Amino acid sequence: MKVPKPKNMTALAPFLLLLAAVVIYVGVAIATGQTQYLTAENLLGLLGRSIALGITAIGQTFAILIASIDLSVANLISVSAVLASSIMSGDPSMMLPAVAAVLAVGVVVGLINGLVITQFEVNPLIATLGMALILQGLLSATFNNFAGEVPEAFQVFAYGQVGGISISLIFLIGLTIAAWVFLRFTKPGSNIYSVGGNPDAAKLAGMRTTRVVIMAHVICSVCATIAGLYLASRLRSGAPWIGRDGVYDLESIAVVVIGGTALSGGRGGVWGTLMGVMIFSLIDSIFNIAGVDAFAKQILRGVIIVAAVAVYAMRSRRIEA
Amino acid sequence: MIGDVIFEMKGITKVFPGIKALDAVSFSARSGEVHALVGENGAGKSTLMKVLSGVYQAEEGDIYLRGQKVRFQHPLESLAQGVSVIYQEFSLLPDRTVAENIFLGREPARRWGLLDTQRMQSETQEVLSLFGDRHRFGPETLVGELDVAQQQMVEIAKALSLNAQVIVMDEPTAALNDTECDLLFQLVDDLRGQGRSIVYITHRMREIRRLADRVTVIKDGKVAAAFDDVPETGQIVEAMVGRDIGQFYPEPATPDEVGEAVLTVRGGGNDRIFDIDLDLRAGQITGFAGVQGAGRTALALALFGVEPFDTGAVTVEGNPVSLTTPRRAARAGIAMLPGDRKAEGLMLMQTVRDNGMISARAFSTALGAPDNTPMTTLDQMDQFFDAFDLRAASYDVEIQSLSGGNQQKAIVARWLSLAPKVLIFVEPTRGIDVNTKAGIYAQMRKLAQEGAAVMAISSDLPEVLGISDRVLVMSDGKIVAEFGYGASEAEVMHAATEAHLELETS
Repeated sequence: MKVPKPKNMTALAPFLLLLAAVVIYVGVAIATGQTQYLTAENLLGLLGRSIALGITAIGQTFAILIASIDLSVANLISVSAVLASSIMSGDPSMMLPAVAAVLAVGVVVGLINGLVITQFEVNPLIATLGMALILQGLLSATFNNFAGEVPEAFQVFAYGQVGGISISLIFLIGLTIAAWVFLRFTKPGSNIYSVGGNPDAAKLAGMRTTRVVIMAHVICSVCATIAGLYLASRLRSGAPWIGRDGVYDLESIAVVVIGGTALSGGRGGVWGTLMGVMIFSLIDSIFNIAGVDAFAKQILRGVIIVAAVAVYAMRSRRIEA
Repeated sequence: MIGDVIFEMKGITKVFPGIKALDAVSFSARSGEVHALVGENGAGKSTLMKVLSGVYQAEEGDIYLRGQKVRFQHPLESLAQGVSVIYQEFSLLPDRTVAENIFLGREPARRWGLLDTQRMQSETQEVLSLFGDRHRFGPETLVGELDVAQQQMVEIAKALSLNAQVIVMDEPTAALNDTECDLLFQLVDDLRGQGRSIVYITHRMREIRRLADRVTVIKDGKVAAAFDDVPETGQIVEAMVGRDIGQFYPEPATPDEVGEAVLTVRGGGNDRIFDIDLDLRAGQITGFAGVQGAGRTALALALFGVEPFDTGAVTVEGNPVSLTTPRRAARAGIAMLPGDRKAEGLMLMQTVRDNGMISARAFSTALGAPDNTPMTTLDQMDQFFDAFDLRAASYDVEIQSLSGGNQQKAIVARWLSLAPKVLIFVEPTRGIDVNTKAGIYAQMRKLAQEGAAVMAISSDLPEVLGISDRVLVMSDGKIVAEFGYGASEAEVMHAATEAHLELETS
């Protein structure tokens, strides 16, 4: 009997979407005569504008791969940005302690998310939404404006360049490679796919599934705090609204899904997510070049997300038939 | 009683990309008869019925319903013409009542679009009365509160309320125990008596003998044999597998193959099982018989730590063990092969290799490459697959593309990486075709011969008797009887039900 190859097909889909987005981008730039947008520098800059989304989405990929989800990332980004800039307060010697403290917060938040989901069996949507509200409440109680200041040395994270390429972009690509290696070549990575694919079967095979779920949530939260550090570096200070204003919770989920990771878990990966991020930036740029109205832009983005998910759903239906 | 031809399919050919699922198949059914449609998994039985009901459209061939040529584009069209298909997986809503399920999608309305609940109730009651007093539930009962057999009755009632003249049943006994099967057989007899025609898809020879008037065997998308009566079982099986299957069950263990007790339970019990004293010996296959709910599955789940024992003591190779989680049980050397492979055994979207490696990975240290654990390397896993003749296009394809038998082999290979001392098979051949069953039995015997203690739980009594060196009978959560190899179905059933009756009357 002939065996379908769904894996390759789903891996290909985000790439085709990305290709289509690039073609439209180039087409629109040429059609409107704005060829200045077609320089290599500009194309690299596209991804550069989505570093925070990219880092968050890499983490979100882990949560979604185990069939969970994390709605607390946006507020966690705000918390870590504010915390980092307050601890640093412009003092370069406080950089290390600040980064350590922020990452520790990420680990703790991820642990709590994971523990609530596995030990109390709270639906991940609710558990992380609750965490989001708690973080927002803590922030609002403590800060109401830009807090602290980031020393110049730390701004290198966002503004530094190595060989003409920004450090943050290199970091994002490095993080993607690291996440890919982890998922593809290590045992915990393989466990993530198993638990996402079928938690009951994983448990009955002797796996400690709760640890895998908790680990995925810790990775997700730590990624969000790194995104917060990046934003603090870029804005030179942390503000309690930057996470929410960036809609990093919903957008990170959207790019993961556009990147071909199944919301039901067990299938997908970080390269797709990175492509999802690029597709999102390209769409934004296309609208900017074409001069599309901001509200129309929002509507079109919504249409594109739903259409992408519908395409994946249709594809998986065909495989089942 | 057998009357006119109700429907006739002539020269049906159905092609899917890359495969000819049906090749010039002809099939018919007369009123007042049960026509058994038999064949291995993937032979084309279900596809044929989907062509009949309009789920699929055939490339070639014609369908005649009461002499009229028809061409159904959608299942609703065939339903309206009195053709109902009851699939293995029921399409019932658990949180709605029986009546609401029966009228799903065609609820009668009164003026202003109000639901005519009274009519739904009375019509449901009317249909249920066709079952005599066997249904033991009413129109208002929630479907989720019914057992599998009763849910099947609801599906049948749905077909009857549509006044179906043709009822197709796709392996209706797959999830039923023996008592429930008997009830179903009576219902089928009734339906036949009412002049309906039943197409009965099954693997089980016993059911064909009990029910069928005619038998058609499909193999590889073609009619392999069509009998106008019910022939010898051997003839049917031969047509199904295309060859003489010879010895179906492997030889029992010889006395010197049986070793020491590997696992002992003394006074084990929890909510569902009581006073369990059990010895599982190396080299021996111990089968468990009993009616549904007798505690066989509960015992397996207790031994594997899913629903642990509350009382009693368990030892493995003489050492006391605490079986409170599946992981602890696995570490103690116990492996369980779940009955519901898709839900509890497999990561359908992961590769065959990943599905095989999962336990080895779960028990090796967190760091390191997934394909090379201290227990099993990928090469060794491939050797396990090869040793069991696991057939796949490659071991890198998703496991959902494999047949049930090959999926089962992958799960066995998974456990072999941990070198288990006790293997618990729950419904080892559910949904597996006849030809592969013999292979699974041989595999179980081989594992026993290599020194494992094998425990087998199955609702298929002939299977339990055929593969087991000894049979333990459970009833109401207790082990009530023990038989050696060669016990008859009658005496085992007697033991399984008698203890039950005694308890009820005392």
